[in-house]
Amino acid sequence: MSEQITNVLMAGVGGQGILLASEILSEAAMLAGFDVKKSEIHGMSQRGGCVVSHVRYGRQVFSPIVPEGEGDILFGFELMETCRSLPLLKPGGAVVVNDLRILPPSVLMGQEPYPDGLVERIKARFPDFQLLDGQHVAEQAGNVRAANTVLLGAVSKRLNIAEQFWMRALEKMVPPKALDVNRKAFQLGRES
Amino acid sequence: MKEILSGNEAIARGAFEAGCLVACAYPGTPSTEILENTIKYKEIDSSWAPNEKVALEVAIGASFGGGRALCTMKHVGVNVAADPLFTLAYTGVRGGLVLVVADDPEMHSSQNEQDSRNYSKFAKVPMLEPSDSQECKEFTRLAFELSEQYDMPVMLKSCTRISHGKSIVELEERVSGLPAPKLEKNPAKLVMLPGNARVRHPLVEESLQKLSHAGSKMAINRSELRDRSIGIITAGVSYQYVREVLPNASTLKLGMVNPLPYDLIREFAAQVEKVYVVEELDPFIELQVRAMGINAVGKEIIPLCGELTPGRLRSAFGLPQTTPVPAEKLPGRPPNMCPGCPHRGVFFALNQLKAYVTGDIGCYTLGFMPPLSAMDTCVCMGASIGMATGVTKVVADQEKKKVVAVIGDSTFLHTGINGLMDMVYNQSPATVVILDNSITAMTGRQDNPASGFTLMDAPAPAINIPLLCTSLGVKNIRVINPLDLEETKRVLAEEMERPETSVIITNKPCVLIKREGVFQKGPVYAIEDDTCTGCRACLKIGCPAIEWRPAADGGKKGKAYIDPLLCTGCDVCRQLCKFDAIGSKK
Ligand SMILES: Cc1ncc(C[n+]2csc(CCOP(=O)(O)OP(=O)(O)O)c2C)c(N)n1
Ligand code: SF4
Ligand code: SF4
Repeated sequence: MSEQITNVLMAGVGGQGILLASEILSEAAMLAGFDVKKSEIHGMSQRGGCVVSHVRYGRQVFSPIVPEGEGDILFGFELMETCRSLPLLKPGGAVVVNDLRILPPSVLMGQEPYPDGLVERIKARFPDFQLLDGQHVAEQAGNVRAANTVLLGAVSKRLNIAEQFWMRALEKMVPPKALDVNRKAFQLGRES
Repeated sequence: MKEILSGNEAIARGAFEAGCLVACAYPGTPSTEILENTIKYKEIDSSWAPNEKVALEVAIGASFGGGRALCTMKHVGVNVAADPLFTLAYTGVRGGLVLVVADDPEMHSSQNEQDSRNYSKFAKVPMLEPSDSQECKEFTRLAFELSEQYDMPVMLKSCTRISHGKSIVELEERVSGLPAPKLEKNPAKLVMLPGNARVRHPLVEESLQKLSHAGSKMAINRSELRDRSIGIITAGVSYQYVREVLPNASTLKLGMVNPLPYDLIREFAAQVEKVYVVEELDPFIELQVRAMGINAVGKEIIPLCGELTPGRLRSAFGLPQTTPVPAEKLPGRPPNMCPGCPHRGVFFALNQLKAYVTGDIGCYTLGFMPPLSAMDTCVCMGASIGMATGVTKVVADQEKKKVVAVIGDSTFLHTGINGLMDMVYNQSPATVVILDNSITAMTGRQDNPASGFTLMDAPAPAINIPLLCTSLGVKNIRVINPLDLEETKRVLAEEMERPETSVIITNKPCVLIKREGVFQKGPVYAIEDDTCTGCRACLKIGCPAIEWRPAADGGKKGKAYIDPLLCTGCDVCRQLCKFDAIGSKK
């Protein structure tokens, strides 16, 4: 195993299920034999604030947070929050983002518009970019609520963790009832 | 067996493995999940206390009874529990007693970033500081052992990154064979009257000295010699940042930050050319190291405020930074009360009445944010009522009427009740609003003495807040439905006008309570497009379910829209619409 640490960032809005997604990734990394650390701030997150989860894995991980500008991959659950977290990414890092807009209070109240052209702005800086309609693909898998798993599937392609470990992590973290749909959602994401 | 655990889960696990019998706490970010995890172990009696002082006193009792006891709180909780803590240092323990305190550098969810290590020195209590989840578990076990071995309570200091960070932990079995708790009288040790306390204090000083010597040999204090041109003394999460950023530097990793292992520090300093101290917040280790005559560099380069990060450490040491893409200018995303939150109407009315609102801490502190913008002070839990009394002591009669304290149910029972006693006793004309949403919502919905359930989810007697206020001597008590804006505003105006103490209690639950029969979702509301004139009146309530949709042609007249997935049917926006455009979908 190389000394290389893989730095994954997940950004979105409180209530989107980022904690569970980052837990599945951490579990898969541990099952694959890596040391893992994960960090995020959850306090006000329940009240619709921004959430950024940091997951790092490799032979031995020290800092629980991704050093500024060293993220390998940014996994965005929402467009504006993805954009906000770009400075955490290393030059040439990859972005996988869900095509979803959640309006912040100032936009809801009509004080300013939701910024446009975000996709283009991200792409211009990080050409290794994938836009996904997580909700739509999840519907094909059988449940819109599996959108995060679709995204996780897409991210998984870019990470050095074998598929069997992802499957075992899903089995452990997802309630049995929802497992089939989530497996399918993961596969569709992986193939996207 | 290996598992990925958060620091908080690992501390709970460590308490379980250590044979802990009692865990008591008042919730507070980032410490809350420790007790939410000790409940997984049926061997531990876990409970929420009304405040941190009581929580610590319960743990002290359990220890005096002979059982191992855990008490947890956030950093500011120690301010509340400081009174018993300082004298507990003198009595010492019977069963091991571990006090976990979780700091919040950077103030992710706190009103200050006080550095709890100062308490350990001030109160003369040993303190351990883990740097990942594995250490959280191991150090918790060790803390119980040291507590009994040295007859002292032991503090375990965490922080947001440690408590909420997750890493791999090796699980072990629960220890067995601890002596069974039973009553045993020992007044010379446990009754801290001056005569006894004078005997105990020198023993405390002696134990600290012994522990400092022993600390130099403890495995948790570890000298790692690498490149000897710089030697970094560090502890806790800062150690991880040091290893990340300066992998070749020699480090002295301290697992025990009070008392410091002086012999080991001296030995380490002699083996390296230049000594640095890397620690978050105060120069706690640094000042002591310098007092030893070691010329260490610390806060000259390491920030005094906020968290450390690998990037901040890099710039402190003048190391090259990766230049990230510049931050985008984007609309902010501040937290907001939930759709249908029962607090909203009260702040809307207070804003309209131009009240001077002494605030408190809870979800309702968000009433400070626009568009509600109705909070003028916020200092610490329970402070709203005392501050209201104080303000009315100095301002002119006409202004006294404007003074309203707002406080949540949990905060009222925490320390607000004392303020209310004073307000009645000393006859302040201020108005108090107790926002009773039947839960401690801010920290993730914990039960409290008025919610009718315990931490273990067993039914419990619920304090009747109106009756409690009556018994304190409040003559004017009104219970209102905060979702009825007209009633809320009218009652507030009447009570503000009254030149006597009055208490208004709201009676609608937090919308996130999942327990059956507490919160009932109403019918979803919708805005009729043809009737909506685009007057924006409904936006003034700041409900996140309501969205302003500008006119498609870019013209002036937009319309409001309700997201049916978010609306909880609280009816408040309907009351604001003069054109009857808002209604429930039957
Ligand atoms: C001394 C202290 N202990 C704990 C906390 C953490 N804390 C902040 S608000 C709060 C409880 C708020 O509950 P409540 O007053 O019922 O208001 P709600 O959030 O339900 O609106 C807690 C425990 C704190 N800030 N200070
Ligand atoms: S959690 Fe409850 S009290 Fe807090 S904002 Fe939401 S509804 Fe209001
Ligand atoms: S009824 Fe109106 S104010 Fe209440 S939750 Fe629905 S949209 Fe928000």
